[in-house]
Amino acid sequence: MECVFGLVGKGFAIVAADTSAVHSILLHKNNEDKIMLLDSHKLVAASGEPGDRVQFTEYVQKNVSLYKFRNGIPLTTAAAANFTRGELATALRKNPYSVNILMAGYDEESGASLYYIDYIATLHKVDKGAFGYGSYFSLSTMDRHYREDMSVEEAIELVDKCILEIRSRLVVAPPNFVIKIVDKDGARDYAWRQSVQDVTTAAV
Amino acid sequence: LQIFEYNGSAVVAMVGKNCFAIASDRRLGVQLQTIATDFQRISKIHDRVFIALSGLATDVQTLYQRLVFRHKLYQLREERDMKPETFASLVSAILYEKRFGPYLCQPVIAGLGEDDKPFICTMDSIGAKELAKDFVVSGTASESLYGACEAMYKPDMEAEELFETISQALLSSVDRDCLSGWGGHVYVVTPTEIKERILKGRMD
Repeated sequence: MECVFGLVGKGFAIVAADTSAVHSILLHKNNEDKIMLLDSHKLVAASGEPGDRVQFTEYVQKNVSLYKFRNGIPLTTAAAANFTRGELATALRKNPYSVNILMAGYDEESGASLYYIDYIATLHKVDKGAFGYGSYFSLSTMDRHYREDMSVEEAIELVDKCILEIRSRLVVAPPNFVIKIVDKDGARDYAWRQSVQDVTTAAV
Repeated sequence: LQIFEYNGSAVVAMVGKNCFAIASDRRLGVQLQTIATDFQRISKIHDRVFIALSGLATDVQTLYQRLVFRHKLYQLREERDMKPETFASLVSAILYEKRFGPYLCQPVIAGLGEDDKPFICTMDSIGAKELAKDFVVSGTASESLYGACEAMYKPDMEAEELFETISQALLSSVDRDCLSGWGGHVYVVTPTEIKERILKGRMD
């Protein structure tokens, strides 16, 4: 089951997602990147039906770029989150997308922020959020250890605690995770946490 | 899956002497899991009309955006604010428009009408208005709220006493409902001022 979670620290936001692509009992690949760079200072970690996940996040990414080209300035994180919610809400009673989204971003004026957008278009600005079965473990761990204005090192320690909890307590725990960060210097990969590497050839 | 109980909510409004109070809980949940404890259910339409929406959070947000839009348009055209009775009729009409695919919300509307006379009403998800002289309730904790309000309410209370009464009624009712709670949000509105207060109750 897909695990996505994230939190806000001092001047940055971190999101982590598992990297398994699963169909029924088969694990297709274990290095599927589910966190997309929406623009230079925004990240979207999405979980849900694979087709919808990719299609919808790409659609949002392209529209965010279009706004920037047309108007000369990028959207704020709040605006991008509200746009995403609007698209999900419009589609909800016609052709719903089954995608849950955590949108993290950094704006000059308002600093780092994290938005929780679930598949039925409920939007809420949060300090910490999570989706999937992993949320039962990661949210509780974050509730226990999270503080306002954590440093990057402290936040990564907390993310690792969550990953450890998911790995040890979730029955079909995903083996690998990707962690991405967004701060004033932009959105980028932070680290991968891999306990199983992809095997490229069968051992003979 | 009970759709009205998916996110959990509790909303109440009471009439006082030339004033009214409107209160809601602060929990945003997804069935048994709590996502946030600072969810805004009460919105100001203008200085003398407030609406609180209980029910499915995504429809609460969509409906709120539609209503603010309609009221702003009204303000531009009529060059004045809407009366609470008019606003209630507008909400009822908007809800009935979606009679065969409704917004899954139950609004509670409170306002000060002509001569500072307080007005409250509630309606179901398809716009059936229910006017009351004393109090109206809505949400997953509505049955508890009916009991608490009936016991604690008396007519012609001043603003301070009204605040105490509505707060106690809200807190004691949400304590019997697992899907609502995590604090309270109370607005007490008189002809001269709007007082907004956050309540700390049982955080569970």
